[in-house]
Amino acid sequence: MKKDYLKEFPRELEDEAIYIIREAAAQFDRPAILFSGGKDSITLVRLAQKAFYPGKVPFPLVHIDTGHNFPETITFRDKLVAETGLELIVGLVQDDIDAKRVAEETGKFASRNILQTTTLLRTIESLKLDACLGGARRDEEKARAKERVFSVRDDFGQWDAKNQRPELFDYLNGRIRPGENVRVFPISNWTELDVWNYIREEKLEIPSIYYSHEREVIERNGVLWPYSDFIFKDADEVVQTKTVRFRTVGDMSCTAALASTANTLEQIIEEVIGTSVSERGSRLDDQRSEAAMEARKAVGYF
Amino acid sequence: MDVFRIATAGSVDDGKSTLIGRLLYETNSITTDKLEAIERASQRKGIGFLDLSLLTDGLVAEREQGITIDVAHIYFNTPKRKFIIADSPGHVEYTRNMITGASRAQTSVILVDARKGIIEQTHRHYFIANLLRIPYVMVCVNKMDLVNYSEEVFTKIKNDFLNLSAKLPNTQQQIVVIPVSSLHGDNLTTHSQNMPWYTGEPLLTLLESLPVPTARGSFRMPVQLAIRPRNESHHDYRGYAGRISSGKISVGDAVTVLPSGRSSTVTAIHKNGQEQGAAIDRESVTITIADNIDISRGDMLVRSGEEPKLKAEHQAFICWMDSNVLDTVKSYLIQQGTQRIKAKVTQVTFVQDTATLQQLAPSGGLKMNEIAKVNLKTAKPLPADAYHDNPANGTFILIDEFTNNTVAVGFFE
Repeated sequence: MKKDYLKEFPRELEDEAIYIIREAAAQFDRPAILFSGGKDSITLVRLAQKAFYPGKVPFPLVHIDTGHNFPETITFRDKLVAETGLELIVGLVQDDIDAKRVAEETGKFASRNILQTTTLLRTIESLKLDACLGGARRDEEKARAKERVFSVRDDFGQWDAKNQRPELFDYLNGRIRPGENVRVFPISNWTELDVWNYIREEKLEIPSIYYSHEREVIERNGVLWPYSDFIFKDADEVVQTKTVRFRTVGDMSCTAALASTANTLEQIIEEVIGTSVSERGSRLDDQRSEAAMEARKAVGYF
Repeated sequence: MDVFRIATAGSVDDGKSTLIGRLLYETNSITTDKLEAIERASQRKGIGFLDLSLLTDGLVAEREQGITIDVAHIYFNTPKRKFIIADSPGHVEYTRNMITGASRAQTSVILVDARKGIIEQTHRHYFIANLLRIPYVMVCVNKMDLVNYSEEVFTKIKNDFLNLSAKLPNTQQQIVVIPVSSLHGDNLTTHSQNMPWYTGEPLLTLLESLPVPTARGSFRMPVQLAIRPRNESHHDYRGYAGRISSGKISVGDAVTVLPSGRSSTVTAIHKNGQEQGAAIDRESVTITIADNIDISRGDMLVRSGEEPKLKAEHQAFICWMDSNVLDTVKSYLIQQGTQRIKAKVTQVTFVQDTATLQQLAPSGGLKMNEIAKVNLKTAKPLPADAYHDNPANGTFILIDEFTNNTVAVGFFE
């Protein structure tokens, strides 16, 4: 399949993202970048560096750490922080579990994905953040397609989908009351392919799990689950070693692996172009119901 | 690669979602898991066919009621361009959503049901496309299969539409009327075998080949913030960051800062850590100038000799977007460029009926979704252009200081 036209990054999207990041810096007192170690938040960091060059990025990175990370992501995160000189603030989901603010899910499909929201809201409150920049994109999921660039959340972090501020032309209205905060999505209009093409054109480093590697996995309902201490294995389930990579980086307990031999950005892009399954199709957290994302966003998930 | 922005508007039954769904389908832009999800959902709803509207109606309430409430954004690529569709609901109570969706569009796609012809909603959609001066309007006369692909039916609708467009003020728009059937794919991506009498291009071919319009008008750049690194390598650096809204600027050009009116010369244009000799509209840049002038957020850099007039009294069209009605006693915040100051709507001149195109006498404050011509007074003079001369520097929004909501969008006359 020759689809070379799909390998060009539309530069207008970068201008738009930088404009949005600068608006966030100008309109808020304490913004932060929500950093997961995934490709979208890595892209955000590069855009922020460009937006303020030759000055420094005027906000810290905030990582909501579920404790179920891929170790490769944490290694990558720490290296990026050391190289960029950015401040990193970590909110631990474990702290909320220990304080009994949230209870762990149990059973075979348990994940800490839902628990993150409590930790995120607690971290926002304790740091008095009035804006959080995130790498969410409208093409990821149908509820996200309705999301604003400046998305206002109430005192409880809740998203009111039916009562959003209209966004006209380039105007972004970030006026809020004390206690409210705004989620800012600079790469709203990018697609998965735009992000990959950008990473290739900018020669950005990404965690090694995006590239093909050998890994122990369990096959469940046709999905390859990365085997780790964080998932429960039934007696009859077999751990096998396969050549895989990850298309998104979430928790080890909710991100499915993809059988793949792609180990360069060029090959990954070929794979994304040729694929017939969307990116969130590999997120087990989205498969729970048709409205899974909207329900989580409504209570404060980003 | 160019980015081309399309606004679509329509109601449940005019086949708009099917049209978008088919564009995605025929450009291989829907993945199989999304298609399967739609199949599952269609079956659950007891619908016999693939309900492509489920692709764009993302909220639970929308799927339950089978209506589009909010603007949805849809993305697809062809070898020529990246397309962004802003899809909005079409009923009068969603006028504000339609304007929001249309606000950045380069082309408007208006659907007309071939069985019904031009209806009130068509007037409304076209009025908005005309008010916003969207450069291109593609009128798709849909469901041609249900009128036996009749050329006569099409020609009548086409003439009716052109008569309608002749009544509206902006005559600069390029209008194309296309007979289509989105259910069967006629004239969407390929020429229809069923309508050999149509000699024009299919919709997608047009969308791919229309020149991307450039922002009209002279150089304008609202300053977002000043960049002062104060580090060793850039000790005295003082740059002004912003996105150029219109025109072109080069190193060595004379610029004036508004509202102060002081002038200087551009010494460097930085973009993404690199220096470049010139920059054009839509680029996010950082500009340094020769003189040490006090410049901060809210100021605007413009080309010297081509400054907009600074005015504190304005005439404008506005669309009211809030559930609280407009109060002509109260003051609001106006944002134009990056400047936010107090403003008052001093008078509503007339309310525009977008269906009959009549100008109605105002009765009290403006309600949500009403479009009106107003007089406006701002606390300080603003460096705005008239929307018809320079669309990028001719708009504003009004914000309620207490609820913080964006309550109106406006277009300076």
